[in-house]
Formats: sequence, structure tokens, C-alpha cells
Amino acid sequence: MTSSLEGLVLRATEVHKHFGRLHILKGVSLDVRPRETVCIIGTSGSGKTTFLRCINHLEKIDGGSIEVNGHPIGYRMKNGRLVEDSERNISRQRTEIGFVFQRFNLFPHKTALENVTEAPIQVRGVSKQEAISDAEKLLARVGLADKKDTYPGKLSGGQQQRVAIARALAMKPALMLFDEPTSALDPEVTGEVLDVMEELAHEGTTMIVVTHEMGFAKRAADRVVMMDEGVIIEEGSPEHFFESPTHERTKAFLSKIL
Amino acid sequence: MFVHALWATVYISIVAQVLGIILGLIAALMRMSNFRPLRFLSGAYVLVFRGTPVLVQIMFIWLIIPGRTVGFGAFTLKQEVFAGILALGVNEGAYMREIIRAGIDSIDKGQMEAGKSLGMRYGAIMRRIVLPQAARVIVPPLGNEFNNMMKTSSLVYIIGVYELFSDAEQVFSSSGNVAPFIAVAFWYLVLTSIWSIVQASIERRLAVSEHGDELSLRERAVAVWTEGGGVSRLGDWPFGAGGRWRGRS
Ligand SMILES: Nc1ncnc2c1ncn2[C@@H]1O[C@H](COP(=O)(O)OP(=O)(O)OP(=O)(O)O)[C@@H](O)[C@H]1O
Ligand SMILES: [Mg+2]
Repeated sequence: MTSSLEGLVLRATEVHKHFGRLHILKGVSLDVRPRETVCIIGTSGSGKTTFLRCINHLEKIDGGSIEVNGHPIGYRMKNGRLVEDSERNISRQRTEIGFVFQRFNLFPHKTALENVTEAPIQVRGVSKQEAISDAEKLLARVGLADKKDTYPGKLSGGQQQRVAIARALAMKPALMLFDEPTSALDPEVTGEVLDVMEELAHEGTTMIVVTHEMGFAKRAADRVVMMDEGVIIEEGSPEHFFESPTHERTKAFLSKIL
Repeated sequence: MFVHALWATVYISIVAQVLGIILGLIAALMRMSNFRPLRFLSGAYVLVFRGTPVLVQIMFIWLIIPGRTVGFGAFTLKQEVFAGILALGVNEGAYMREIIRAGIDSIDKGQMEAGKSLGMRYGAIMRRIVLPQAARVIVPPLGNEFNNMMKTSSLVYIIGVYELFSDAEQVFSSSGNVAPFIAVAFWYLVLTSIWSIVQASIERRLAVSEHGDELSLRERAVAVWTEGGGVSRLGDWPFGAGGRWRGRS
């Protein structure tokens, strides 16, 4: 399963990130194989969001490297040195990476369907009919077939987040990133979003999910990663984290959220 | 002759306003650029054109544009008309930059990030995601700008452009009668009142859900007169979106 021929979807090596003088990511390395679901847990401020944002180059990195499907993200070699890539190339690389935000960030002036068809039409150049029929299938998959002509403002948080998932999936990305997708939701509706994500995980979508929903991690994750103060301090199966976490900080963190 | 004067005021104002919007948008985008010289240029533009009287700008541009006519393919403009429109438009652009920038700033940056994460490029995100949403914020003060523009455009009489005010001025200087100025004030009032009705209907269309109160055309016309001709809701508020105090005309 880990044969190098198969290739990694994500290879992050010794990623460093500063905000001003704050050293936020202090050498984060993470490999993700095809069809794998990795959950990232960790205390507030440990750099989880920052790490995800670096993966699709919403943040620049100061050291290390990030490759998606073998292609370096955001940077290229020029005369033996790494330079930031062009906006055009970065945009193209981002089409391979779906991002689901904590606060959905749906386009409020577009209907659910238009939110989903926007990028396939504008970026991939898919025909309108094809984009619409794809989008209808995706909305059905997240259980929102009947809401396709509704504007985000008229949808519940859980429904908005499911549209956001459909919107990201519409680009058929190789890797899906979720940044605490349920933490801005009312407890009653987190389930409907987690169910959709669990289904994606079981269908073999390659994904990284920052979440504190340990139930979800247990059901869907192949691997759990614990971040603390800008580094990964522990990594293992969900069972490992439930039964025998080794690091003191992991134990302390888990005892707080479980 | 008089109809020509009225029409001149209308088209000079419209063309200058459109020019102002385009220049304001370009300057606003330059202001947000990562490239420092562009930001500097945008800042210098605003500094100069907001910091000097529009009358001086009109004179200056009129003086530096050569020839008697300026041609654009099929049609030509008299030199003074072209200079007047250009001066008013360039001046307006400096004000529009601030309005457009405020509109863009009012949009959550998550919108830009969502667009980026879908692989959309900067221009497409601006055009399809950010600006359509910013329009709601931009349109009310823009309406006030245009109201101002119709009145300010009278200043081009100084470089010999034939329009509403200069028409009155000509009649006055040949007859010594003040009546033409009363007539001209009336016609400006007609123009700005018509515009207020149009503006109210555009704003209502942009924000149906926000206001919900559907006024008929007649009710809107009444509102224009009771609320004060030519000033939108936001414009009434001294520090509101459109309420920048501005004694240009
Ligand atoms: N744009 C920024 N400028 C300056 N500091 C930032 C910026 N973004 C994040 N930080 C800081 O970086 C640190 C890590 O933030 P990050 O959002 O990655 O944490 P997190 O693990 O996602 O936390 P949470 O669980 O609260 O979401 C925090 O201390 C935060 O204040
Ligand atoms: Mg976070």
C-alpha cells in the first residue's frame, strides 16, 4: 500500500511559517497517501489552520516544501533557487485541492447551484449544461437536491456547509482539506455535515480534516495527527489515540475534549 | 438652443461619471496592488485631484489639450467639450476610488479566499465574486456622486462649453435679466429629481430583501420632495457612505 510507485497525494516536508516574528509552524512533515483520511487535532493556536492554508498556498511558507501529486505548491525552481510561482500556475495547482472553510464562505449572491457550477465553468471551462448536471448530482449527494435554487442566506449553517463541500468537490480535486468544518455550526446540525464527510472518506476521497469531533475521527480516519505549538507531536491510528496516547500533552488535550 | 444646452449637461455628466467610475476602479485596484509603484501612483492621483479645485483642473486640462476638435473614429468632439469631460471625469475618479475601495473592503476576505481555493484567478474573482457584492455598497454613494456631477458640470462654462449654465449666462449678459438663472436652477432641480427617482429604484432593486418596502414610482417621487431633492438616504447622513462633505459646486 505504501509502495513509492503509488505516489503520495501530499508530501509536506519540514514546513516552516512565521507571522512577523512569531514562529507558527516549526517544521511540520506529513505524508498523505491516496484514499487516506487524516484527522488533525490539537489545541487552539497550535497552527492547524495555518498548516492547511499553506497546503493550498493561501499562506506562503518560509521553509520546507509542500508537494501535491508530486508537484511543488506555490514555488518553482529558477536558476537553482526556489521562487514563488506565477499567479496563473498557483491557481492551476489549487484546482487540485479542495478547501472547506470553517465559515463556509459561500458566494451569497449566487444560488446553491451557481455556487457549485461557478468554478467548473469559469476555471475548467466545462459547458454550462454539463456543469449544471454535475452540480445537481453533487447537491443530491450532500442531500440538498431540493435547495439548488436557494441563496445561501436562506440556508441553515449545516446546509451551507454541505453546499460548500459540493462546491469544492465540483472541481474533482485530488485532495480535500477541511478546516474545522463543524465548529461554527449548531450542535444539532453537525451530524448532517459529518455524515457527508464520513461517506466521502469511505468512498476513498483523499482528505485532511482538522476537527475535534473524535467520534468522526474514530469512524472515518485512517490516521490521526496531534499538533502542538507548531509541530506534530504524535501520530497514529484513531484507536491508538483513544486507548494509549503516549505524549503528555496529547493525554491532557484528549481528556479535555472527550 | 435650450434643449441642446440641457442635453449637453446630461451627456457631459454621464460620460464624465462613467469615466470617473472606470478611473476610480483602476485606481482602487492599483491601491490594493502588491506592487508599490502602482500604489504610489494611485495615492498621488487622489492627492492631486482631491487637493486642488476642480475649476483649476478644468482650466489646466483645457489649456494643455491642443486643437479645436478631438476625434474618436466616427465622431468628433469640440476641444473644450472633450477637455471639460476629461477634467470632470479625472476629478471624479479620485473620489470614486475611495468609494469603490470602501465597497471592496466591505466584502469579507473569505470570499476572495474561497475563489482562490477553487482555482479562480484574481481578475475573475474580482469580476464575478467581489465587485457584484461590493456594488450594493458602492451604488448609493455613486448615486450621490452623479447628482453632484450634474451640478458641478456647470463649471465647464468657464472654458466655453455650451451647456445649461452657460446658456443662462449668455442670456443674462445680453439682457441683464436674472430670470435665466431662476430658470436654470429649476432645470437642474428637474434633472436631480429625476435622477433621485432612478437612484431610489436602482438601490431598491439591489437591496430588496434589506428594505422590503416596495414603493411605487409615485410614492418615490413624493419621497424625493419630502426628503429633499436629489439626496439619497445615505447621503443625508453626514458621515454615512455617501455623506462625505464636499463643497465643490
Ligand atoms: N494572519 C496572521 N497574522 C498573525 N498571526 C496569525 C495569523 N494567522 C494566525 N496567526 C497566529 O498563528 C497561530 C496559529 O494559528 P492557527 O489559526 O493556525 O491555529 P489553529 O491551530 O487553527 O487554532 P484554532 O484551533 O483556534 O483554530 C495563532 O497564535 C494565531 O494567532
Ligand atoms: Mg484553526
